[in-house]
This record gives sequence, structure tokens and C-alpha cells, in this order.
Amino acid sequence: MSIQGKLKPKFWDYQDVAAGPFKRLFNFRRIWMLAVLLTTVVTLVPLISIILIDYKVTQNSIESEILLRTARLVSNTRRTISFFLTERRSALNFMIQDYTLEEFKNPDRLALTLENLKKAFGGYIDIGLINPLGIQEAYIGPYQLEGQDYSNEWWFKEILYRDVYISDVFMGFRQVPHLIIAVRHTQPDKSFYVLRATVDTNKFDQLLSHLEVDGEGDAFIINHQGKLQTPSRYHGKVFETLSLPVPSYSPRTQVLEGKNAKGKTILIGYAYISETPFILMIVKQKDILMKPWYRTRLQLIGFLAASVIIILIVIVGVSTYLVSKIQEADYKRIISLHEVEYSNKLASIGRLAAGVAHEINNPLAIINEKTGLMKDRLIIKKDQIESSTLIDFADSILASVERCAAITNRLLGFARHIDVSIRPINLKEVIHETIDFQGKEAEYRSIEVSVDVPDDIPQFESDRGKLQQIFLNLLNNAFAALSDGGHLNITVRKEKMDLVSITFADDGCGIPAEDLARVFEPFFSTRTMKGGTGLGLSITYGLVQEIGGNITVQSELGKGTSFNITLPLKPPKS
Amino acid sequence: MPEKVLLVDDEEDFLETLAERMQVRGMEVSTTTSAREALIKTEQESYDAIVLDLMMPEMDGLEVLKAIKKKNPEMQIILLTGHATVEKGIEAMKLGAMDFIEKPVELETLTEKIKEAQAQKLILVEKQTADKIKKIIQSKAW
Repeated sequence: MSIQGKLKPKFWDYQDVAAGPFKRLFNFRRIWMLAVLLTTVVTLVPLISIILIDYKVTQNSIESEILLRTARLVSNTRRTISFFLTERRSALNFMIQDYTLEEFKNPDRLALTLENLKKAFGGYIDIGLINPLGIQEAYIGPYQLEGQDYSNEWWFKEILYRDVYISDVFMGFRQVPHLIIAVRHTQPDKSFYVLRATVDTNKFDQLLSHLEVDGEGDAFIINHQGKLQTPSRYHGKVFETLSLPVPSYSPRTQVLEGKNAKGKTILIGYAYISETPFILMIVKQKDILMKPWYRTRLQLIGFLAASVIIILIVIVGVSTYLVSKIQEADYKRIISLHEVEYSNKLASIGRLAAGVAHEINNPLAIINEKTGLMKDRLIIKKDQIESSTLIDFADSILASVERCAAITNRLLGFARHIDVSIRPINLKEVIHETIDFQGKEAEYRSIEVSVDVPDDIPQFESDRGKLQQIFLNLLNNAFAALSDGGHLNITVRKEKMDLVSITFADDGCGIPAEDLARVFEPFFSTRTMKGGTGLGLSITYGLVQEIGGNITVQSELGKGTSFNITLPLKPPKS
Repeated sequence: MPEKVLLVDDEEDFLETLAERMQVRGMEVSTTTSAREALIKTEQESYDAIVLDLMMPEMDGLEVLKAIKKKNPEMQIILLTGHATVEKGIEAMKLGAMDFIEKPVELETLTEKIKEAQAQKLILVEKQTADKIKKIIQSKAW
């Protein structure tokens, strides 16, 4: 046997061969499927929805926490950077306000100032004073830039309109990344001069590179054109153009989600640093940040899968066990029902045999006596019998033999139909055939049996053997209830909707109202003392159900009982 | 002394043949197909034996048996039936039937039973007569 065959429960393909199309109380496969489906839905739907909800909630909270953390880091860093720049700008501002033009022009004084600036703030490389024509009038620093003409430089053009200018990071002549901070001082006579300092971006770089950014993160500064102003870990060197788009302006710290060149989801936190061309950016890999969450998620899904599998196994197991038990019980029920039916069949056969024996024995007795008489005449009287007398005797014997033959024929005909299943039925014929068996009893007991079958009853398909058994049982029942000289009326009527009704109405003793509800119960009998098995009516009920019909009973104590059978004119679909 | 027998059965053919055969054997036979007629006849005459069919249209054999036994307890009745059940046999014996025989029956068996019945009846009648005489002797003081 294959594994599938071994796993398949017995009820799966079980079918009660003996049961009629109406006897199938349970469809085990359907019951099993329904049980499994219902329990599965009821158990798994809440479980899965709870886990889904939990999944969403935790995912959202973790995501928002990551966003929040990034935003905090960006705004802190922005504050540091803008503080750094403001500090340096303010120092220059202070100087330009405090010093006179002469003081600036004094190289010793300027060198001392630069020295002091380096000591106090750090990051300054050189410092120079530029006149309104763009000529550097005084300069202190590592290069020889005195007299340099800046009038065509873009930053100088800018400073004409603004008090303070902070440049992008650029290489300039120095071949070192640096930025310029320039402040303009307008004198009371409207003439102005510009103090210009170069600031090393090393300080910047250090600031950013010391930043601890989780999730393989990167912190760097770009300008408004998207050029990197500080080196980055993963997004290119200084002055390279950033592969990501320049984020749109916002006065506040922003965190966005985006995709990097490799298609991975990243978190971009940025902030425009006010009064500078800089944008601070912190880029984090979302996948890495979410890693702990993914691990938890994996565990959650694993747990869910394990629970679902266990639940399914238990449901299938329990359902299979229970349905198997039901099937077993049903099987036993059907077996005992069959046994009961069989014993009833035997009982009816016994009754039939009794009737037949009586009817055959009578003609046999006649044959016996006739032959005996013939012998008597030949032996005792010793005379010749006239041939006419002999012919009389022979005729009489032949008539008796014919009677016997008719009875045996009828019996054979009846028995032949017991096994045959669905076939066309002539109701009138079947009823008369059945009554014939009880005819003698009726005759002896002066019971008047009237049969009324109208001619408009069509032939219909049904189980002849079962019908015979039903009629025989009802007939027996009526005879038991009738006293001698009673009446039994059998009426057949065509009902609407393709139904035919057969009524057995007797004017016998009737059934007490308290027993009426129980007459179809097995082993319920009021005749137990008189040879009743208590099975006749319950079996009749079963038989009627099997051929798709219905049986009801009405009775009044002392007035009689009527059994009504309704049968479909069309055979039931099996 | 010929045995005086009454045959009661609803099968006329059977009745006549049996009667003829019994007459050949020297019995005095009356027949009837009706249970009621049988009752009347037993009231009018005395029989050594009555052979009674159990199943008859008007009246059950057992009922006839009861009725006859009520009036003439000494009457010997043999029941004859096409279908004998133990139950019916016991009932018949309880009601005082002499015997219970199933059809078809050998005439010899039946004759024997009838003879037996006659003897039984004789004993009964003699006993009755003796009782009567005793009574008369006791009551009349001659």
C-alpha cells in the first residue's frame, strides 16, 4: 500500500453499499473537510492577524525611531558646524570692527593677530586685507599673496553686496581644500575694505569623521550644486559630485528615504546650514539599521510557521480521529440495522411460508383423499370403476394440482422481486399481489379489504421488492389491529408535484395517542406477548425512506389507524 | 357398532371424498361446510367424534371447539389443519380437543383416532351413566 493509501482514513472513500440514496446520514468526507476548514479559519485567522498587526506596529515604531535618531544626529552636527563657522566669522567681525585700517596694514600687528587667531580658534591659514578695488593690500600667511588682484574673483563680487561671505570649499592656488571667510567693513565715508581669511577644512573633516554614524553611515557636507565639500566614506572624495540628488531646501532638519546607486534603501538626513553654501548630509543604510528588526522578524515568522504547522497537524489529527469514530459508530449502526432488517425479512418469510403451507396443504389433502378413494373403490368394492367416475376423480386431482402450482408460482414471483432493484412499477399490480398472500387470512377472518387505485396513476420507477415488503408489513399490521369482520381500505391518490400517496386505513383498535409518536421506533411493540418483534414499523419506515418516500400515521383509539405513504413518481437522484 | 362422525371443513371436495371413504370403512358420517351448521347439528345429535377444520371463513375452528365443549363436554373433537403451529396445537389441547392433526392425513391414522375417540366417549358416557345411577340410588330411598 502506498503512503497515501496508508494515510488516507477509512471513511474517505467509505460508502454504504446497502444503503439507499436516502439513507446516507453522513457524508464523512464533507464533515471532515468542514471541520478542518472551520477550525483552521477560527484558529489561524486571529493568530495571523495578531502577528501581522504586531509586525506592522513594531516595524513602524522601529522605523520612526531610526528616523528620529538620524534627525537628532543631523541637527546636532549642524549645530556644531554652524557654530564652528560662526565662531570664525565672529572673530573676523570683531577684528574688523575693533582694528583700524592702519593696524591692519601693519604687517607685525597682522602677523600677531593671525598668531592669536590660530591659538584662540585654530584652523586659520592666512589673513589678508583687500581694498575696494580687489587688491590685497596686506597679507600674512604661508604664501606670497601681497598685491594679488581679487577683483575678478567670484567671491569678491559677492562680498560687494553682502557683509559676510563664506565660500565653498575649493582648491585655489594652494592645492589644499580650503574655504574663505570674508567680512566687509563699511566706513562712515561709505568707503569699505574687506578682511579675508582662509580656513583649513581639516577641522571640518575631523569634525565629521569623528562622528559616529551607525548603519554604515556617512556624514559629509555638500554645496548647493551637489559637490562634496568634505571627504566621505562611501560617497566619493572631496570635490566629486555626489551620486545622490541635492535635497530640496528646508529651513529645518529633514530625513528622507531614498535609494542609492546600488538600489539599496537609504536614509538621508540633511540640513541646510544657514548663511553658508553648505548642506550637511548624513546617509545611512536602512537595511543595516533594520538588521536587528529583521532578525526579530525572522524569529516571528519562524514561530508563526511552526505554530501554523502544529495547529494544522492537531486539527487534521483530531478531525480525522473524530470523524473516524463517527464513521465507526455509523458503521455499527448500519450493521445492526441490516441485521434487524434481515431478521424482519426472515420473519416475513416465515409468515409467508405459514400462509403458503396452509394453502398448499388443502389441495394436497384433496389429492390425498381422491387417490385414497380411487384405491378404496378398486380394492374394497372390487368392482370396475366407470370411466366417467375416474375422469371426475382425475379432474378433481388436476384442479388441486393446479391450485398448488398457482400458489408456488405466485410465491416464486414474489420472491424473484425481492432482490431486484429499481424498475417500472404498476402500483395496482403490486398491491394486489401482496394482498393475495394475506387473502386467505382476510377471508377466514371476514376482513374486508378494498383497494382503490384510480387509472390515472402512471407507472413509475421504484424498488419493487421494498414496496412489497412495505405493503406486506402494513397489511400484517392492519390485520393484527383489526378484529374479525373489520375493514381495510387501501387508497392510492396522485398528488401534485409528482407524488403519489398510498393510504392504508383500518377500522381496528387504533393506537393510543401516547404511543403514536413511538410506533416507528425500533423494538416498540404492544404485541410483544403475541409474537410481535417491534421491528415491523421501524423497518417499514426505513424502507420507505430508502425509496425516497415518507410515511405518516394517524390514529384514534377504538376508531382505527391510517398509514399514509408518499412516494416520488420520479426516481431519486443518487 | 358403527362410529358416528361429523366432518366440518370448508373444502367441499375434500369433505365429500373423505366422507365417502369413511363410509366405505363402515362409519356413519355426517358432513357440513359451515361452522354454524355444525353447532346446530351437535345440539341435535350426539357424535362419537367430530373432525373439525381449524381455519374456516365464518368462524375459527377453536371457537367452534369452545362452543361445543361448553354444551357437550363429553364430545370428542379432532382438529384438522392445513398449517399446524405448536401454539395453536397447545391452545386446542387446552380447550379440550382430543387431538390435532395436520393435513394431508392418512385415513388410517384418522380412523384410529376416531376409534380412540369412540372408546373414550364410551368410557365417559358409561361413567356418566354410573354417576347418574349412583345419584338415583342415593337420592331415592326404595
